Amino acid sequence: MARLQLRNLEKDYGSFRAVHGINLDVEDGEFMVLVGPSGCAKSTTLRMIAGLERVTGGEIRIGGELVNDKTPGDRGISMVFQNYALYPHMKVHKNLSFSMRLKRRPAAEIEQATSHVSSLLEIDPLLDRLPKQLSGGQAQRVAVGRALIKKPQVFLFDEPLSNLDAKLRASMRVRITDLHKRLKADGQQATVIYVTHDQTEAMTMGDRICVMRDGHIMQVADPVTLYSRPANTFVAGFIGSPEMNFLDGTFEGENSVRAAEQVIVLGDEFTKRISGRSEHVTLGIRPQHLHIVAAETPGTIKGKLTHIEFMGHEVYLYVDIGPKRLIAVVPSASYDRGALRDDWVWLSPDPKGVHLFDRQSGENISLAI
Amino acid sequence: MTDHILSQNSPAARDIDIVRSRETRRHRFNAALRYALLTVVGLLMLYPLIWLIGASFKTNSEIFSNPGFWPENPTLDGYIRGWKTSTPYSFGTFFINTLWIVIPKVIGTAISCTAVAYGFARFDFPFKKVLFSALIATLLLPNVVTRIPQYLIFRDLGWLDSYLPLWVPSALAGDAFFVFMLVQFLRAIPRDMEEAARVDGATTWQTLIFIVVPLLMPALISVCLFQFMWTMNDFLGPLIYISSVDKYPISLALKLSIDTTEAFEWNRVLAMSVLSLAPALAVFFLAQKYFIDGISSGGIKG
Repeated sequence: MARLQLRNLEKDYGSFRAVHGINLDVEDGEFMVLVGPSGCAKSTTLRMIAGLERVTGGEIRIGGELVNDKTPGDRGISMVFQNYALYPHMKVHKNLSFSMRLKRRPAAEIEQATSHVSSLLEIDPLLDRLPKQLSGGQAQRVAVGRALIKKPQVFLFDEPLSNLDAKLRASMRVRITDLHKRLKADGQQATVIYVTHDQTEAMTMGDRICVMRDGHIMQVADPVTLYSRPANTFVAGFIGSPEMNFLDGTFEGENSVRAAEQVIVLGDEFTKRISGRSEHVTLGIRPQHLHIVAAETPGTIKGKLTHIEFMGHEVYLYVDIGPKRLIAVVPSASYDRGALRDDWVWLSPDPKGVHLFDRQSGENISLAI
Repeated sequence: MTDHILSQNSPAARDIDIVRSRETRRHRFNAALRYALLTVVGLLMLYPLIWLIGASFKTNSEIFSNPGFWPENPTLDGYIRGWKTSTPYSFGTFFINTLWIVIPKVIGTAISCTAVAYGFARFDFPFKKVLFSALIATLLLPNVVTRIPQYLIFRDLGWLDSYLPLWVPSALAGDAFFVFMLVQFLRAIPRDMEEAARVDGATTWQTLIFIVVPLLMPALISVCLFQFMWTMNDFLGPLIYISSVDKYPISLALKLSIDTTEAFEWNRVLAMSVLSLAPALAVFFLAQKYFIDGISSGGIKG
């Protein structure tokens, strides 16, 4: 049982409140990603779980047991740090076995565990090297191995890939998720909390993702839900690339919104989804849900094409409508004979991809179905 | 065809060769000049030491008659008779006494200063800033000011004429300079390694011993070297607290041989000075690499 529960978790630094009473449940064996911009307290939260930061208020439970006052070594966790934090004066095998040697395990057991972990992570040839003789990727694998050898209930990863180059990061991403699956299949407890600021990492690795901002949790959901049903403007803007287009507007009549000096008709089907009706709203449309149409039809948005970026398999179109700029992403194939720069174009939003947010609270009011 | 190309290129190639050899010659000349200058200045600095070593092999009368450093009639007389000293003890006793002061003091300093520096650099506790300021303030305080109160305290404790007054202050991190030096060094070391050790289950002391001390090693070696050399050379401390001759360290013993003989046997004094320099020099050269690491870098290598 390695369920992790955070209850009203708070952290103050002097008079500054970094974490505002967050609640989070991570199931046994789940891969949970904490994601958010820098300064959103995701690392602080992780360090509180690890026991490296004192908890100001609330509870942390691992496997049902309250661990607030336990030392990091007694919590049944292990952690992989951003800059590896290998012990520079110890060779790799000493680094791996440090925790076991502290516990004075028998030499044979240490030997066996070290070789098991090193073969799992393919670091056997490195065992006799010092950390300074390792490349970034190798050092990261050793750091993962050091976490693995403890057989912890919960693995904590603190932005472990941000020091690696893009290519290596992609392969380490796969390696870590693979490892998680393999441990799970072996029946080893493998609950993971993974902190990152990179939404690609979050989307590709997490079973569920917890989006944080300024010490609050904005939404906890699986990647698909997070993308298709964001709870608020922050999540909508944070997840997805390029960023979601936002247009401030006001309701006009039953099912149309006046935004950027034009009236956008949303259609009956869409208006059924809206729960609470507020006057002032923000329209959110992902660039992938905007299509270019040749001529004006009801419900389209008129704008001037100002930039065209060819990205290979797709094309980014920057369209100015009044003072606002929208981005539309269209597949390259459908753009062969498309509009040119400075042409007037009509954008047709896919009704399924349109979101409506309350302008005051930022809440998504178009989710109720 | 080949000939043609060669003949066409050769004047240019010859020019290049000429320029290159001229450059090399200039480089060599510059280097020679540089080294000559450095050698002269270096010799100038080292001359007193060279003279000291030379003079220790001269006879007593030659020291004043022959200004050069090379002895005309080299003799070991200074060493043999100097070693015997005018006291009942040989110079060996004083050497052992010195080591008996220096070694415990160095060990005590290393342990206590590490522990105190670790505390200041890594933990938050009440009045930390005030205490650290106090520590730095003692750095600025002239030693002379504290001599008399210290003497009175040690007298009341009954520690006079023992090595305790020399050992105990250092074993309690009394040398603020070393604490300061280690704190600065520690501040430059990222905390991640220590946090990783704590996650691995190490206690505070285990973290200190297994992780921090190895990282601190270059600085620690400098601390030990400084303390070693300063204690070897310390004259005032033993002079104040040690009164029986059988406990004298070298620094006092050298002075002793000047005091007791009416006509100074300079060659013996010089010979013993040479011997007393030897340990400090030897230790310095052995640990030179770490020493320079320790004082030049506040940080760590990648």
